[in-house]
Amino acid sequence: MSLRTPQATSRTPQFVPRKRRGAELILLAVALVICIGAYCAVGIGVEGRVPAFVYKLAAGLVGAALVTHLIVRWVAPYADPVLLPTVITLNGLGLAMIYRIDLANLENDGPDADTLATQQLIWTALGIALFVVVIIVVRDHRKLQAMTYTFGLAAIALLLLPLVPGLGKDINGARIWIGLGPFSFQPGEFAKICLALFFAGYLVVKRDALALAGRRILGIDLPRGRDLGPILLAWLFSLGVLVFETDLGSSLLFFGLFVVLLYVATERPGWLVVGSLLFGAGAYVGYLAFSHVRFRVDGWLHPFADPDANYQIIQAMYGMANGGLLGSGLGQGSPDITPFSYSDFIIASMGEELGLAGLMAILLMYGLIVERGLRVALVCRDGFGKLLATGLAVSITLQVFVVVGGVTRLIPLTGLTTPFLSYGGSSILANWVIIALLLRISDQSRRPAPAVVELEQDDATQVVKIR
Amino acid sequence: MNRPIRIMAIGCLVLFFALLMNANYLQFVSADSLNARNGNKRVIDEEYSRDRGAILVEGKPIAQSVPSDDEYRYQRRYPEPELYADLTGFYSYTFGRSALESSQNPILSGSDNRLFVNRVIDLIGSRQPKGGSISLTLDRKAQEAAAAGLRGLGSDATGAVVALEPSTGAVLAMVNQPSYDPNRLAGHDFGQVSDAWKQLTKSDAQPMLNRTTQLTLPPGSTFKMVTAAAAMSELGLKPDSMVDAGTTLSFPGISYTLRNEGGSDCGGERITLSQALAVSCNVTFGGLAEKVGAAKLAEQADAFGFGEDYLDELPFAPSRVTSDSSVELDAPQTAQTGIGQFEVAATPLQMAMVTSAIANDGGLMTPYTVASVRSPDLEVLESADPEQLSQATTSTVAQGLQEMMVETVDNGTAASAAISGIDVGGKTGTAQSTPDRPPYAWFTAFAPADDPRVAVAVLVESTSTTRSEISGGGLAGPIAKAVMEAVLG
Repeated sequence: MSLRTPQATSRTPQFVPRKRRGAELILLAVALVICIGAYCAVGIGVEGRVPAFVYKLAAGLVGAALVTHLIVRWVAPYADPVLLPTVITLNGLGLAMIYRIDLANLENDGPDADTLATQQLIWTALGIALFVVVIIVVRDHRKLQAMTYTFGLAAIALLLLPLVPGLGKDINGARIWIGLGPFSFQPGEFAKICLALFFAGYLVVKRDALALAGRRILGIDLPRGRDLGPILLAWLFSLGVLVFETDLGSSLLFFGLFVVLLYVATERPGWLVVGSLLFGAGAYVGYLAFSHVRFRVDGWLHPFADPDANYQIIQAMYGMANGGLLGSGLGQGSPDITPFSYSDFIIASMGEELGLAGLMAILLMYGLIVERGLRVALVCRDGFGKLLATGLAVSITLQVFVVVGGVTRLIPLTGLTTPFLSYGGSSILANWVIIALLLRISDQSRRPAPAVVELEQDDATQVVKIR
Repeated sequence: MNRPIRIMAIGCLVLFFALLMNANYLQFVSADSLNARNGNKRVIDEEYSRDRGAILVEGKPIAQSVPSDDEYRYQRRYPEPELYADLTGFYSYTFGRSALESSQNPILSGSDNRLFVNRVIDLIGSRQPKGGSISLTLDRKAQEAAAAGLRGLGSDATGAVVALEPSTGAVLAMVNQPSYDPNRLAGHDFGQVSDAWKQLTKSDAQPMLNRTTQLTLPPGSTFKMVTAAAAMSELGLKPDSMVDAGTTLSFPGISYTLRNEGGSDCGGERITLSQALAVSCNVTFGGLAEKVGAAKLAEQADAFGFGEDYLDELPFAPSRVTSDSSVELDAPQTAQTGIGQFEVAATPLQMAMVTSAIANDGGLMTPYTVASVRSPDLEVLESADPEQLSQATTSTVAQGLQEMMVETVDNGTAASAAISGIDVGGKTGTAQSTPDRPPYAWFTAFAPADDPRVAVAVLVESTSTTRSEISGGGLAGPIAKAVMEAVLG
């Protein structure tokens, strides 16, 4: 693909186009067994019996899986067979855990307690519907490239929405929500996709200018000042998200996404260095300037210095420690002690009840999604698709790393949803769109190359008739 | 663009690998230390829902878990709460645990490594894990006699009794007055528990203080046993050696003089060491302490266990000879130390240890309260193995001291402990503290003299008795006698 390194093309894996839809169907069956089994285990663990509605739920899940499978078979027959079953498994496990927390809340607070499983079920259904719409409507991802700047503007608009007075809502200290009637919505989840589309479209056009024009300083190829502009703009923008929306996680996610795509597009490792330095500087200034950043860092380094302020992370750690290697079993731990055990901290709930084994399985599933996504990028035949697939895969990695790392105290805690597991409509919808796009690109790239009609070699001089 | 994509793929793998490693660290490596942290509600909840093992005295539970129909499934009960509170301690959801409930928690809760196999079997059988039980060394009759003795002083009297088996160090009785009811802290009505806690911790009588092991007070004349031991070892004195006595002990160049209680002359200017102990002669032991020297005296006290923490399973305060061993005592201070005043402070357990070591021919045994530990299926996991803490004196010196203590009971101040037909050795003490409060009455004894089976120490901290009637022999002696009789049957 690259203009500068023609030999890279020859290293593209020789790909034998195969549909593998049968494999997908078998994996889907396994996924459904896990999800429905998890629901039954929750019922048995908490109430001692299989939940009465499990047949309806099973029917719904099987139906949803079959619909997605058939749609993919129809409109994207060469799509990657592993992504869909993995995502269904994660989504189903998340549903089971949210149902489990509901049961605990009902037990603690009586019949008036908040229950979220039904809503999450509706969001999942909507997510799958959106997945179907996207994969049917977007028949060729390259058409999206035409709307590069539209997506860019959309991303900015979505990110600014929470700052609009009257529309934006401050929930738990972060101003990343908008309220529409009874619904709360996190536009950042969709901004993530729009940004990935924008970055991919922008960089695939500018990559040569960014890569070739510029000076070499200390072994690093630095681009021209005017090419640097958008990058600094992205940096400032992500800092703005940090400052005005007090959202560390999203800010890290957006900036990381941009730097990685810049590097992939230009093949200049210098960008990673520049990006890391800018991020480091931003983070340090943020640490000095904002008390909430300092608070998070202190809570990460010394959680037990202030057990009341760091109650959440401490309870998450206690829960996971109590789960140990094999976990307490679904419905048999106390994940509900941890605040937000159904959303930001759902991974701690998983660790407690499914144990280290279950948590590692979940992490490996995320790893699988990401690596399959990057494989799609590798075999993709167009630059835009490559960048978009890379961007989507990397955004999942960054998001999982930031939220799981935060919950397990590997890095300071920042609020982000755990893809497919966490409670939250915007997150579920946006992540199903990401999977639809990845499947679309993979279908395009795994499909047999269109037959190239060899022109007959003819040394004869062309005759040009002039009349 | 494939090279950077491959590098990014490796980068993503590295991030996931970091998450996996960290999860292993959190859930495996640091899990035990996190589970052991105070205030870990999950572990507490789990423990409170478990069939906790019993604490037994002579086969009867003094602490046990009985099924309850609330969310915690079990309720901790103490059938004889006040009699054994200082041993069992309390087991509270809100305020944690104390005494044996705390120190024996791994066994009682079932988390001890020796119960690992039981836990695995319970896991396979999907049964709730149970805790193991512990049997104490206590003698029920001695314990009851001690409690009755303290009750006899009046309900507002405070005091403590501890009895040991000299040959092993097993604790036979350990009683405090006032005591408290740990049932009030073990309840599941947390409002009531909290009220009880406030009341118990704010009370001036300090009902939750284990006086036998935590309260250090001047031992007064009972400390003369230590001074006598030091004098016999250092100066080669025997019970019939003649020593200086008289009405006063004066120090050159200092106006202070040390006097005997009641202004007596102890029976002459020169008397036998045995007589000096029998009449508890301050002048003699003050003078001996000076002759032996503060350093040697402290050394002897240390050999009897002063300054050491020898009891792991209960809250404990070490006893002391001086508050700061680096400060050298002058002559009057040394003399006062020799009669158990100045800065000497000992717990009743410590004074029982001194008597016990003398009774055991100088061998000081480490005290213990747990006789055996059993798994939930009653298999004995561990039986106590008596250990010698130190050789406090030579056996000759110890036998001389035994002889003199028997003399003190037969013809001296400790007559109130005499048991007909049995040779008893004893020593009284009446210690001054501050002038504005009545003195402490001490009594320590052992019996029978030829084959000691019990050593006891009694402290009466305060009573409503008029000041002039407070003496070790009068108040504390009869209690010591009753405890010894209970042990000897």
